[in-house]
Amino acid sequence: MKITSIEALKQHRKKVQEAVNAYTCRILVCSGNGCMATGAQKIYDELSRLTADMMQVEVEMQKDLPHVGTLKTGCQGICEYGPLVRIEPYDYQYVKVQVEDCKEIIEETVKNGRPVTRLFHKDGEEVYEHPMDIPFLKKQTRIVLENCGNIDAESIDEYIAAGGFSALAKAIGEMTPEEVVDEVDKSGLRGRGGGGFPAGRKWKQVLRQEEKERYIVCNGDEGDPGAFMDGSVMEGDPYKLIEGMLIAGYAVSAENGYIYVRAEYPLSVKRLKHAMAQLEEYGLLGENILGSGFNFHLHLNRGAGAFVCGEGSALTASIEGKRGMPRVKPPRTVEKGLWEKPTVLNNVETYANVPKIILKGADWFRTIGTEGSPGTKTFSITGAIANTGLIEVPMGTTLREIIYDIGGGLKGDAKFKGVQIGGPSGGCLVDKHLDQPLDFDSVKKFNAIMGSGGLVVMDENTCMVEVARFFMGFTQRESCGKCGPCRIGTKRMLEILEKIVDGKGRMEDLDKLKETADFVRARSLCGLGKSAPLPVISTLDTFRDEYIEHIQEKKCRAHVCKALKNYVIDPDKCKGCTKCARNCPVNAISGNKKEAHVIDTAKCIKCGNCMNNCSFDAISIQ
Amino acid sequence: MIHLTIDGIPVEVEKGTTILQAAKQAGITIPTLCYIEDLLPDGSCRMCVVEVTNNGRSKIDTACTLQVSEGDEVQTMSEKVIDSRKKTLDLLLSDHNVHCFSCEANGDCKLQDLCFEYGLEETSYEGEMTSLPKDESNKFFSYDPSLCILCHRCVNTCTEIVGRAAIDTMERGFQSVIGAAPEKVWAEGTCESCGNCVQACPTGALSMKRRKKYRAYQVDKVVRTTCPHCATGCQMDLIVKDGKIVDVKGADGPSNRGLLCVKGRSGSFDFVDHKTRIRHPLIKNKETGEFEQATWDEALDLVASKFSEIKTNYGGDALAGFACSRSTNEDIYMLQKMVRAAFGSNNTDNCARV
Ligand SMILES: Cc1cc2nc3c(=O)[nH]c(=O)nc-3n(C[C@H](O)[C@H](O)[C@H](O)COP(=O)(O)O)c2cc1C
Ligand code: SF4
Ligand code: SF4
Ligand code: SF4
Repeated sequence: MKITSIEALKQHRKKVQEAVNAYTCRILVCSGNGCMATGAQKIYDELSRLTADMMQVEVEMQKDLPHVGTLKTGCQGICEYGPLVRIEPYDYQYVKVQVEDCKEIIEETVKNGRPVTRLFHKDGEEVYEHPMDIPFLKKQTRIVLENCGNIDAESIDEYIAAGGFSALAKAIGEMTPEEVVDEVDKSGLRGRGGGGFPAGRKWKQVLRQEEKERYIVCNGDEGDPGAFMDGSVMEGDPYKLIEGMLIAGYAVSAENGYIYVRAEYPLSVKRLKHAMAQLEEYGLLGENILGSGFNFHLHLNRGAGAFVCGEGSALTASIEGKRGMPRVKPPRTVEKGLWEKPTVLNNVETYANVPKIILKGADWFRTIGTEGSPGTKTFSITGAIANTGLIEVPMGTTLREIIYDIGGGLKGDAKFKGVQIGGPSGGCLVDKHLDQPLDFDSVKKFNAIMGSGGLVVMDENTCMVEVARFFMGFTQRESCGKCGPCRIGTKRMLEILEKIVDGKGRMEDLDKLKETADFVRARSLCGLGKSAPLPVISTLDTFRDEYIEHIQEKKCRAHVCKALKNYVIDPDKCKGCTKCARNCPVNAISGNKKEAHVIDTAKCIKCGNCMNNCSFDAISIQ
Repeated sequence: MIHLTIDGIPVEVEKGTTILQAAKQAGITIPTLCYIEDLLPDGSCRMCVVEVTNNGRSKIDTACTLQVSEGDEVQTMSEKVIDSRKKTLDLLLSDHNVHCFSCEANGDCKLQDLCFEYGLEETSYEGEMTSLPKDESNKFFSYDPSLCILCHRCVNTCTEIVGRAAIDTMERGFQSVIGAAPEKVWAEGTCESCGNCVQACPTGALSMKRRKKYRAYQVDKVVRTTCPHCATGCQMDLIVKDGKIVDVKGADGPSNRGLLCVKGRSGSFDFVDHKTRIRHPLIKNKETGEFEQATWDEALDLVASKFSEIKTNYGGDALAGFACSRSTNEDIYMLQKMVRAAFGSNNTDNCARV
């Protein structure tokens, strides 16, 4: 079926909305990465099995919008409590659902509309029936993620029913390309891929080029470990991303778009391919879209599995089939990007913001967020936090609100130590930053970067030197090898950090480390190298005492660095039972029966066997 | 036109000129390792940094990528610039297996020159060095990763100038190395052994096997000549030490712009000093059947008389002239002229089919 005009789109929307409203019951099984990992597929299969004969009753309505449908939605956001199941029209949110629960869900809720109370999320006395009651979700503002978790990510009709493509229709039907660009420009939308470059200005620059063959490229490489925002959008609402790209294509008169998806995101690829096929079938991709004469073709590229391929010029090189290596600018991507043609290259989330801006206007968008960074930002919070998950909050939200109000504070009420923001090449925010509003500009001032929005929360059990070493190891491996400061400089920094966590550091190493970090930051060719030293710079700045402890006292206060762990037997507690000595693989423990034992630190390989075996709690790490 | 000063010297250049190009115009040399004229800058070596002040704001950036702006005050040797170059070299040196005594490139190595110029005797870093084995798979040259500074001059030469794209950077991070896909080994890729990459290499990482032992400063003379292999007319420089040709390099001729092919580079000088080479005319002694040394006059007289004899007895068409394609165009022209004018025959051709 082709939708060949704006009017036809409206008609179709009416039809599918009626169908959606005709649902007696919908079971929404979250199929985001987190829930898939905790067994959502099994839940989905079981629910499908249990509803199979119920479906037969309503076979006719099965095709597009089933009467009782078991749908796979995108990420519902509270990954910590997965697998998640939501039941409509009751809007019940079930958490930590097990296969054994499915039968009860069908019997009670689906057939009789009664809740299964024990599956609701609880916090102390508080029981949360509906998703929006849960503080984690209540405190968020969802623009980009509005459909994620609410619609079937594999049904274009559900997207259309939820108002999908009305922004495209508005742009094509009521606005000139210049007006679209102006609206995006006025909205102040800044690139969500990390740099925060104003999207409208980028589009303007492309529109200005003399060359008429232009490209739209979507950066879905999302290489930061711990980040899954873009993946969630591509999996949970691929249509919104594509609609954003279509609008961009119309705005700068580009006829071809490319989505570059991270190699490790097979589900994103599957969903996007599925969505693209549906759009083509409906005539929303291809020639003469909505009868307007606007043509747009979309292509999908799978990433090469390299972090650096997320960098714009490396990404376009990779699409062209070359090695993903950044190149110097000028010429910039807007002048000579993909295939040396003017190119709009934006991040997934950036495009996903566009439909709402067109629909509701730049002024509306500016009411959200801060003056300099309007709108929302998605973050993935991981690490030592009670509620890990995917969130979307207005720019300018403070770290405290994110960690304590939404994230539920630290796991096990541990003491907060810091947050790594901006991925492996980002920086570390600490106590003093907790009440600072976060946006592109403020984060930069704290020697960090917004990055794509990964937040890794760290508590007192985290060793900051080890954190710096870990990230440096990552950026070193991922450096494309093109320029010396990054290729060799990160290696030298890594070596110094390895020495320090190994207890072999010297004080002058700290100066060399800082000097090298500053040099690599200043002289590297691309953003990878320029930001790779940030974890070192920011931890050296805030946690210098920990570095010094490692070097001078050979001590790691978080007891993380293996070489600096010392197992010690408390002579007062030791009963001389010899259990530890018997369990030590290298015979490092000596002592007579019924007398206090001693560990020979020179022999000890820090395996921890003794401590695990002591029945009297006499062994500790110092 | 844009006006700026470089080290105090006023310069006027077209918009879009880079600072590196503007400096060249002003006769000021800015050091580079990766830069190849006429190509888009690689920008990877970070040596060409300069300090640019404009409107009270100053920054340090690479001269090969920075385009001039009106009023720029460029310093090519400020303290900060020198410091940055030293640090760049320091890092490069920390991953360079320094053994200049035995390195073929000694005296002809840009890394060595720059370290000397900037007073860097050794690296200030300790740490791992690339220890990958030498790639000897190519018959004509070898690649030593432990000397490679990854300036990509070889890659850019092969890809952008030669057009072969046989090599690229392989691996990532500190493991990065130049090689031919997919197996990294040179000989297993699509390399045609032209050796233009070797000539482009600023260090000893790529070196010709055929090259005889010599140091750049021991060269007696450099003889510009035309490659003897085909009619393209590539210009080449023969490097002469102690009266013997020890090496050949592509020279900037109109038809080759510094490039050579595998034959020109690797098959054009060994024969000069070969012991079986015929060094003077020989005439066969009819009695003994042995060749005997003769003078040019004797030899040419003999040939001329035989040609005349055939022409008189059987007519010009009994003669033909066939030129070897390894002759220059001028020589081949002269030959056909002789065939037509002196022999009176149109039977003339040339074996050049390349
Ligand atoms: C090493 C490196 C990795 C990057 N990775 C990503 C990425 O995974 N996703 C992304 O959108 N942008 C990434 N970027 C930023 C892109 O270069 C580019 O600025 C961005 O995609 C532009 O889109 P935006 O303006 O919408 O943010 C990366 C940059 C660097 C230097
Ligand atoms: S900074 Fe690193 S990733 Fe970027 S070009 Fe240089 S080596 Fe490659
Ligand atoms: S010898 Fe020629 S073809 Fe082979 S890698 Fe070098 S430049 Fe390329
Ligand atoms: S082999 Fe030579 S030209 Fe090629 S990257 Fe290494 S140092 Fe540069």
